[in-house]
Amino acid sequence: MLINHPLLGPRDAAEFTYLGDACLIERPDPDAKDAAERFLEYGYLRDNVAGEMRELWYHEQGDRSWLVVTRDTLTHEITRVEIARDVARERGRST
Amino acid sequence: MRYSALRILKEGLTGNKGWKPAWRDPEPKREYDVVVIGGGGHGLATAYYLAREYGITNVAVLEKGWIGSGNVGRNTTIIRSNYLLPGNEPFYELSLKLWEGLEQDLNYNAMISQRSILNLVHSDAQRDAFIRRGNAMFLAGADAEYADADQLRRELPFLDFDNARFPIRGGLYQRRGGTVRHDAVAWGYARAADARGVDIIQNCEVTGFDIEDGTCRGVETTRGPIRARKVAMCVAGSSGRVAALAGMRLPIESHVLQAFVTEGLKPVLPGVITFGAGHFYVSQSDKGGLVFGGDIDGYNSYAQRGNLPVVEDVCEGGMAIMPMIGRARLLRSWGGVMDMSMDGSPFIDRTHIDGLYFNGGWCYGGFKATPASGWCYAHLLARDAPHPVAAEMRLDRFRRGHMIDEKGVGAQPNLH
Repeated sequence: MLINHPLLGPRDAAEFTYLGDACLIERPDPDAKDAAERFLEYGYLRDNVAGEMRELWYHEQGDRSWLVVTRDTLTHEITRVEIARDVARERGRST
Repeated sequence: MRYSALRILKEGLTGNKGWKPAWRDPEPKREYDVVVIGGGGHGLATAYYLAREYGITNVAVLEKGWIGSGNVGRNTTIIRSNYLLPGNEPFYELSLKLWEGLEQDLNYNAMISQRSILNLVHSDAQRDAFIRRGNAMFLAGADAEYADADQLRRELPFLDFDNARFPIRGGLYQRRGGTVRHDAVAWGYARAADARGVDIIQNCEVTGFDIEDGTCRGVETTRGPIRARKVAMCVAGSSGRVAALAGMRLPIESHVLQAFVTEGLKPVLPGVITFGAGHFYVSQSDKGGLVFGGDIDGYNSYAQRGNLPVVEDVCEGGMAIMPMIGRARLLRSWGGVMDMSMDGSPFIDRTHIDGLYFNGGWCYGGFKATPASGWCYAHLLARDAPHPVAAEMRLDRFRRGHMIDEKGVGAQPNLH
């Protein structure tokens, strides 16, 4: 698989490590009343999508950026690559 | 259907016209006591033990494709019970004991060969850890044997003992481990279950669940609705997709694992050898091919094929520990889809929906577990209580903080 890095161009997926579903960007509020329940879901439960999935890849042997890669889990086709920081900021995260 | 040398001779002389299908091809009934979703090894074993141990024979096994078309036909056929943790080891030892009696039980030749499995050791710390593991195996009634480097040099002279990065210091044997003819496991269980009245329904995909007021009353399928008092999911590899039909999110990700086989060679490997540090394990099939594999590719996938970086990684591991493998030509490789659970251990449990049960999360260790998985799942379905050796394999163990984390890497499915 080649991941078309927004800054560096096409890179071999072997340069990256994988974290999983991009929903992991949205860490629950630890001060919320139902924080324990939400952290259980955040830490352990997954949608495990068959089809198009947004996921986090880390360019460990490159520029060490986190990317949000949109990839089809049935075909391995990659259709979109974004910088994870930009995605997080769009969702209202400060960092 | 019974097989014998005499029968083969007779059929050979009469044009092989007397062979009959080994199991029936029934139309689905409208209602069953138990519907098992998934006609793989685990599903067929579950149906067989439901019939044999608990007398529940009004059972259907629903299979999307043909039986044995999933992971029971795509694995590297190894059986063993060399686990450490109390939530796992007694279960896998029960499985190994069931393997030992399986051919007599099913009257089917599954070519079970207890040719031993060896885990290589490369450091003092790893030796201590493996001896501890051996002691844990003794506690569960399993066998274990520590071999030092001198013994291994005599038994396996072709290994690279003086590898610069991972010199071989010894290894932990389980002599009762070995290999099995994997397809024969599916066929043997299918024939035996069918003979006890279980309906094996192929080309029948489950498309939905009939859930009323928190109780599952049946399934929708491509061959019409089927009602059931109990519905048992048994679809490791596709658990995410099937559970989603019931609105469930699971502590599971689907990943692809590759395996490889070389051209047929004369006998060179006496047993199974695992080189965990280099992500490589190997055995030799009865046809002579070296069957080997390594780690999962490491990203979510439902495609039954992997990518080249892992091919290279596995072959490098093979070259590092067993340089002679470089002289063999790779014949073929394939991929299977694994339910990778959050702690690397499986589930055999009820769900929050009454009448709906779950078996899955086998990671890449499902084949060896086939008999005990069926045995314990049948117990759960018949008695509505977990079997004692599977009592820790619960869906709520993350909520309770009682993970069965053999590798100690936490909720990282791609690292288990």
